[in-house]
Formats: sequence, C-alpha cells, structure tokens
Amino acid sequence: MPADTIALVLRRVGRATQNSISRLGFAARFFAMVLYHSPAALKRLQLTLREVYFSGVLSLVIIMVSGMFVGMVLGLQGYDTLNRYGAGDSLGIFVGLSLVRELGPVVAALLFASRAGSAITAEIGLMKTTEQIAAMEMMAVDPLARVIAPRFWGGIVSMPLLAALFSVMGVFGAYIVGVRLIGVDNGTFWGNMQGGIDFWPDVTNGIIKSIVFGIAISLIAVFEGYDAKPTAEGVSTATTRTVVGASLAVLALDFVLTVFMFRGAT
Amino acid sequence: MPDARPPLAAPTCPTEIAVELRDVSFGYDKRRPVLSGIDMVIPRGKVVAIMGGSGCGKTTILRLIGGALRPQAGSVVVAGQDVRELDRDALFALRRRIGMLFQFGALFTDLSVFENVAFPIREHTELPEELVHDLVLMKLNAVGLRGARQLAPSELSGGMARRVALARAIALDPMLVMYDEPFAGLDPISLGVVGQLIRKLNDALGITSVVVTHDIYESLKIVDYIYFVSAGRIVAKGTPAEVRASSDPFVRQFVDGAPDGPVPFHYPANAIEQEFASAG
Repeated sequence: MPADTIALVLRRVGRATQNSISRLGFAARFFAMVLYHSPAALKRLQLTLREVYFSGVLSLVIIMVSGMFVGMVLGLQGYDTLNRYGAGDSLGIFVGLSLVRELGPVVAALLFASRAGSAITAEIGLMKTTEQIAAMEMMAVDPLARVIAPRFWGGIVSMPLLAALFSVMGVFGAYIVGVRLIGVDNGTFWGNMQGGIDFWPDVTNGIIKSIVFGIAISLIAVFEGYDAKPTAEGVSTATTRTVVGASLAVLALDFVLTVFMFRGAT
Repeated sequence: MPDARPPLAAPTCPTEIAVELRDVSFGYDKRRPVLSGIDMVIPRGKVVAIMGGSGCGKTTILRLIGGALRPQAGSVVVAGQDVRELDRDALFALRRRIGMLFQFGALFTDLSVFENVAFPIREHTELPEELVHDLVLMKLNAVGLRGARQLAPSELSGGMARRVALARAIALDPMLVMYDEPFAGLDPISLGVVGQLIRKLNDALGITSVVVTHDIYESLKIVDYIYFVSAGRIVAKGTPAEVRASSDPFVRQFVDGAPDGPVPFHYPANAIEQEFASAG
C-alpha cells in the first residue's frame, strides 16, 4: 500500500476519532448544562407536565398494544417450552419475571426511543431550522431551560410509567392466552406470579432499568435535536441518530445493569 | 417624504449612539473572513439599513450586535456596553432591551399569535394576566392584527407572520429593534405595510431600528441612512438622497439592479477557453 494512501487513511481515522471525542465532550457539557438549568425548569412544572403529555400520554397506545401482543406471544411460547418439562403451571411466574425484569423496561424503552425520542429530536431540530431557538436566545430566554430541560425531564418521568404499563398489559395478554385460551388454572397462574416475584429486587430492578433508559433516551433525543444541522437533511439525520443511538444505548445499558443486578443477587 | 428628513450627521455625543461597530472583523474560520474592518454608527431614534447582496455578511452584523457572535477584532458597543466584554447574565440583560425580527418571523409554532406576543412578557415579567392581555392586544393592534390573536402561526400569511413577529419584537418596549430581511418573499402590499410599520413604530415608540435587507426601493422610502456591505466590507454609505444621486459603481449597480459590475455575474473560475479546451 503506498505511503500516501496510508497517510490518508490515518488522517481520516484521526479526524473521525477527534470529531467523536469532541462531540462526546460537547454532549457531556450539554448534559451538565441541562442539569444546571433543571431546577429553574422544574419550578415551572407545567412545562414539564406538558412534555410528559407529549412523550408519555401520546405513547400510551403503542406501548399498551405492544405490551399486550408481547405478553400474548410470551404466553404461547412460554407455555409450550415449560410444558415440555411438565412445568406449564409455572407460566405466571415465567411471564411475570420476564416482563418485569427484562422485557417491560427494554421493549418499552425501544418503543419510547422510536416514538417519543424521534419526535423530541425532530421538534427541537425544526425549532432550530426555523430560527425559533435563535429567537428565544435573542429574547434573553435560555432554550436549555425553556425547551431542553422540560423535554429531558418529561422523558425521564414518562419512561418508568410506560414500562410499568407495558408489563401490566403483557401480563394481561399472557393471562388471556394462558388461562383463557390454553386453560392454565387461573389460581395457579396468579398465585405463582404473586409468590415468585418479589418487589425487591425483581420489580425495583425493572424500575431502576427503566429510569436509566429514560435518562439515556431523553438525553440522546434532546442532544441530537439541539446539535442538528439546521437543514431538512440535518433534522432527518439527527432523528435517525436518536433512534439508532438510543436503541443501542438501551441494549448496552441493559446488559451492564443486568450484570450488576445479578452480581448483587448472588 | 422620507428624503425631507435632515441628513444624518455623524453623532458626537456618545449617548446619542445606540450601536457602534469599531474596526470589527469576524470569520467562522481564520482563512475566510466574513467581515473585515467594519466601522458603523447607528444613532438613537434612526432607521438605518445595512444593504448588500446575499452572503455578504449583513446578517452576521446583526448577530454581532445581538451578542450571538463575538468579533475576532474590534468592538461592538450597544447602549454604551461593549458586547464582547459582557458575561451571559449581562448579555441577556442587554438583549431584554433589544427586539429582533427574524427573516421568516421565527414564531413559535406550538403557540397561538396571542401567546407568541405574550411570550417575552411572560418570561421576563410577573405582570397579572389582565395586564398581559391588554399589553398583547395593544402590540397586536399596533401591527393591525388584533383580530388574529387566536390564529395559529400556520394559519398566517408571510406578511402577517412578519407583523406578529414585529409585535413580539416590541413587546417589551425595546430601545433597539433589528430586522433581518423583513421584506423577503412578501407581496407588494405586505411589503409596503411592513415597511411603513418599521418607520412608524420607530418614530412612535422612540426606538432605533437596524434593517438588514437587499430591497433597495422599499428601504429608500423608510430609512434615514444606508450602509452598503460587499464581501465583508463597507463599500458605500449615505442618506437615501445621497444614494439616489451617487455615482459610486457599487451603489449604481445595486440601485439599478445591473447583473454585472463590481459584484460580478460570474463566480470566479478559470478562463472559459481553458475550461472548454480541457473538456475537449
């Protein structure tokens, strides 16, 4: 390989690394600034509540319907697998643990990133493109306090609630399939679930996961929107980056959190 | 008649100067300066236009005045304060005394016309709701859109959006209002309305106006003084009467709308013979 080509490749790798580190630094500073402006933003609670509505309430349909279907599939697959070992009656605890500890927080977070995260990024990006953010700054209103922090906290509040609803709907879906259609005993289904799932650590671990996912998704969504190039292509790219970045972050964080939670349990 | 106004004398008393740029240079990167050695004085109570072709650095001057950008050299003094030396709090305090009209209005799309105009009042004051209501209606009445207060920005025409943005810009009774291309994309009637509003509000409210535009005809009707900017430098300046009578090649090209002149028609390129020869 000629020396010129090697130099070119090295230059490109170097530049890409430099850009990534610089962007990571900007994101860290941005996070610190959002936290700094949060008390002022949270004082005006109606701003955050409005974002809870847009991020949370408007995500209810997709979360509840998805939860129901995931629970129904889990009921079918779970019963089939468990029944091979003569443990079909354990469907309740199997479904409950899977949803509360893993599927509820993770799938709800992936759906939240796709629906609410992308909407937050697109909205902030478009505000930037149409100079609304610049107008706010010229009016001596800090967009970090007025636009970014409420959306960030709105996402964090919404995420655990949506994950909980996802799990509830999943359990209900599994109940319909397992008890109503397949014929698992009703009392055994609920009794096993009640006896086998502890609030600490099962439910609390799920809550901790969904809060961490909420922080990650909200931060990525507001950052990508704020950092978007003020063009149609820029907003489109930023929205894609939010969905891809937030989804990968959720899956990676899930692994890390699960490792720590299992270590704590053993 | 705008030309009947007394010619703009260079002000000597500092308190009479709303904005002053002294030997200002700026560039987004060091190799390509956007502005070089800009000297500009904007006296209190006057309407001053900054004119020039697209991409010549006009809007950058507004951003420097508003403190959104910091000059690499020179100073930008607004209301006696050097913008470059202000910290964030002081800059925001200064901006509360400045209104800005963006090119396409930059209205908040999730708020109604009323709420857009009320926005700066609600953000910076704790006035009772009744007073906010009356203030907003007064501002909307000044731009002729009191009846449109319940409309959403998406329901407004370009001219109406510009007028709502103007009402919002004067909501806190600023000492300075900056207009970024206020005439762009407007039909002749809206253009005349916006032009007259700029002049009348300036005189009625005793504010100072800086209008960045490339609309020479509308500007000559309403402004007191014009700076011509080309390639980041001030190339001409004068009152509307002086501009009309000017023989300066740049001013003439601008006033006459000539396609070629000091501002060339062709983007710099190799000689055409060379290009075709290489293609062959």
